[in-house]
Amino acid sequence: MSKLVLKNVSRRYGAVEAVADFSLELQKGEFVSLLGPSGCGKTTTLRMIAGFAPPSTGTIEMDGQQISSPSGVVPPERRRMSMIFQSYAIWPNMTVGENVGFGLQVRKMSRAEIDRRVDAILDVVQMRNLKGRYPAELSGGQQQRVALARAIVVEPEVLLLDEPLSNLDANLREEMRFEIRRLHDEFKITTVYVTHDQSEAMVTSDRIVVMNKGRIEQVDAPHVLYGRPRSRFVAGFIGRTNFLEGARNGNDVRFDGFTAPAGAVEGANGTGELLYSLRPQAVGLTAQKPNGPGLAVEAEITDRAYLGEYWDYQARPLGGAKPIRVSTAPTLVFEVGSHVWLEIDPAAMVRVE
Amino acid sequence: MAESSLASPAAIQRAGRWDPTWLLWAAIIAILLVLVVSPFVYLVLTSFQAEKTGDFTLSNYVTAYGRARYIDALFNSLQLGAWAALLAGVFAIPLAWGVARTDMPGRGLTRMLVLATFITPPYTGAVAWILLAGPNAGWLNRFYMFVTGAEAGPLNIYSFTGLVVVIALYSFPYIFIFTTAALELVSSEMEDAANILGAGTWRTMRRVTLPLALPAIMGGLIICFLEAIALFASPAMIAIPARFNVVTTQLYQFFGNPVRVEVAAAYAMPLLGVTVLLILVQRLITSRKGFATLTGKGGERRPIRLGPWRWAMFGYAMLVASLSVFLPYIFLVQSSLAKAWGRGFSLDNITLRNFDFVLFEHATAAKSVINSFLYAGAAATAAVLITLGIAYIVTRRLVPFAEVLGFLCVAPFVIPGVVLAIGFYAAYAPPPLSLYGTALILILAFTTRFLPIGYVNASAALRSLNPEMEEAVRVLGGSRLMALRRVVAPLLKRSLLGAWLLIFIPATRELSSAIFLYGPNTKVASVMIFDMSEEGNFEYLSALALILQVLTLPLLYLGQRALGRDFMLRRTAAT
Repeated sequence: MSKLVLKNVSRRYGAVEAVADFSLELQKGEFVSLLGPSGCGKTTTLRMIAGFAPPSTGTIEMDGQQISSPSGVVPPERRRMSMIFQSYAIWPNMTVGENVGFGLQVRKMSRAEIDRRVDAILDVVQMRNLKGRYPAELSGGQQQRVALARAIVVEPEVLLLDEPLSNLDANLREEMRFEIRRLHDEFKITTVYVTHDQSEAMVTSDRIVVMNKGRIEQVDAPHVLYGRPRSRFVAGFIGRTNFLEGARNGNDVRFDGFTAPAGAVEGANGTGELLYSLRPQAVGLTAQKPNGPGLAVEAEITDRAYLGEYWDYQARPLGGAKPIRVSTAPTLVFEVGSHVWLEIDPAAMVRVE
Repeated sequence: MAESSLASPAAIQRAGRWDPTWLLWAAIIAILLVLVVSPFVYLVLTSFQAEKTGDFTLSNYVTAYGRARYIDALFNSLQLGAWAALLAGVFAIPLAWGVARTDMPGRGLTRMLVLATFITPPYTGAVAWILLAGPNAGWLNRFYMFVTGAEAGPLNIYSFTGLVVVIALYSFPYIFIFTTAALELVSSEMEDAANILGAGTWRTMRRVTLPLALPAIMGGLIICFLEAIALFASPAMIAIPARFNVVTTQLYQFFGNPVRVEVAAAYAMPLLGVTVLLILVQRLITSRKGFATLTGKGGERRPIRLGPWRWAMFGYAMLVASLSVFLPYIFLVQSSLAKAWGRGFSLDNITLRNFDFVLFEHATAAKSVINSFLYAGAAATAAVLITLGIAYIVTRRLVPFAEVLGFLCVAPFVIPGVVLAIGFYAAYAPPPLSLYGTALILILAFTTRFLPIGYVNASAALRSLNPEMEEAVRVLGGSRLMALRRVVAPLLKRSLLGAWLLIFIPATRELSSAIFLYGPNTKVASVMIFDMSEEGNFEYLSALALILQVLTLPLLYLGQRALGRDFMLRRTAAT
């Protein structure tokens, strides 16, 4: 059975539609990310799930019970959810132990039981030794762990996270991504995670909801989103890509600087604009003409950048106008201006809207 | 999943939109109606009502503006305000620049002396200056006669000029506060940017620094002007013996026997109108250009090197401080310890009898001090709680049109104390409430008078508090009230204490509204001092005024501990 169901939810602020016609079902124990640029409506959606804002239209159900509708909202304190905020919202007037124990106290547990559970969860996030500290004495990462512990210890029906890592530095962010996923694997709490960082979403999530301008662009598992983006927006937002415009020409599709047989490229028989996304990693780059199954395209290096983990080349097909971006191993070195061959697998070209 | 006592699925369905905290909000809104709306409405209504019958009439206005001397009093007030503000600017602006931007010695000391000026009630200052510059007997005159051998001294405090000087001396801190605040926001980088584009020091000062501080200076001048025209004590002590009237003293006379509150209400309208208008102007000025300087915050500031001129600056600062602090307090202390203040500094003139008398023998003096502190305490507590509630409603947008509530909280700022008192008299003195002369009406009036200070501080404190702190409570199952009690209140403790003191300290000195509302058993210290000045008991009066000042010091210390050394000056600038 679905744990959480959003049906045609929208939220208007005056004339602005922050969230439009949002529908989503979460399975019990599923981890779903809402991913999109700032202002795309992801935080608004999360706050509607939490009960801080009513939907303008549509409904939200948990375990088959309606908890939000335009005519009434179960207040946040009665939803048995918990939430991790962008600012962590660790209460500075309480110790780590008091922060984590707060939710249990509200649930009127015995002192001993609260102590036991607080200690247990602090062990899980490796903060047991700091139980008596005040938040001002903790680092950003430690505060984040307290926020995690405080949210999880109450064993919520649904866990909501609002850009929880955006205030941490890069290394810590990477570490905490795995920490969040590890905690999810351990407790199996149904989770909604809001972020604008695609790698955060990819590391943590079972499914990712890509949002743009208040609407859902695509909902899929991370590898599907990357490999088979359905829209120009998703292809551009998740990872880097080349957009190639094609034109049908008899049995071929003609691109800028090369041609592919119509049978080999996806959706070449469809109507409308033929726009394809081609990931830089999916293009081969060689000095000699490749003899693999892909299309061999002669090109010239117009620009390059070395990023340590890979080379980022711009290679313009001879006879084409726009260069194609190619990522290669850091050991593969070509000078700007040198002649090269691109190897393009038509199957790697994904048609997008 | 753990069994939680919070909500079963059934409870989820039952949960509606009713929230018991709404009752609290409703109560706060009702209180605001009582404190702000009804005195104002009654003030306006009463001005159009016939005395006995309550019928509509314009005769109050005819009476109020029917005599040349009533009209003269209006113009006297305007002139007084303008001259006092200009003179205060002369005192304040060089000091502010010296303290904020230069390497003048004694900058901390200067700030402290400005604070000392600021916490001196205007009537205490006026009394001190009567001791200093009274015709013939005043100390400065006597010193002049002693040095020159002249028959008479040149100074006469009982004059228009005398009143201007006394008012300017005790209102210049407002301009100082505004100007230093603005100058401290002008980073050296802004000046460097002008320098590197080829502007010299003088041009930089004229084109960058001064324009950036100008709105603040104008704002301070306007506040000074309004302070001067709304002041009751100094004019009553100086203008009445000098045989001229200003608006506030004229209003006081309308309140004499028999009380003509209808005429007073009509006569108060220009004062109210001018205040509202100028506050609007002030907001307009400071919100336009002044705002840009805020982005300069955080930039490095290097003091301007004055060279030998820094000692001239220091000298000027000490001169101003002598006039506002040193001389007045020296002679207040002398007078409080003297058998007769005119007999001067000799050992056989020293006595502690004055303190003994006002504290233990005088029928009402000690009680008046207690009253002052009780009423001020009650008013400060009420004002902080009310404004905290309203600031919360406004910042969290809990009710539609919450901004109106915020506006009502700051509205008393444009109502001079005497006008407010007339409104309170009109609203609550007649039956059925008949509150005239009770402690309650004084507390209510003080509360209203200081709501703006409370509101500005409470909303600043709340805005600094991330709403997520409360949302975290609610999402974990706590109610809004629990969030207020467990998180908001503990986190705001310090700033609320600060706001409380910022209200309590001036409330213990409040005279202009108290003078119209006190009764035989509810006399406060400020009224007591005013009475003593009318009787000419300067020795007792000095003792009482000093007692009031000394009692303030621990509170000041407490405030500085809670909020930092500058709290009184800084926080007032925000209002």
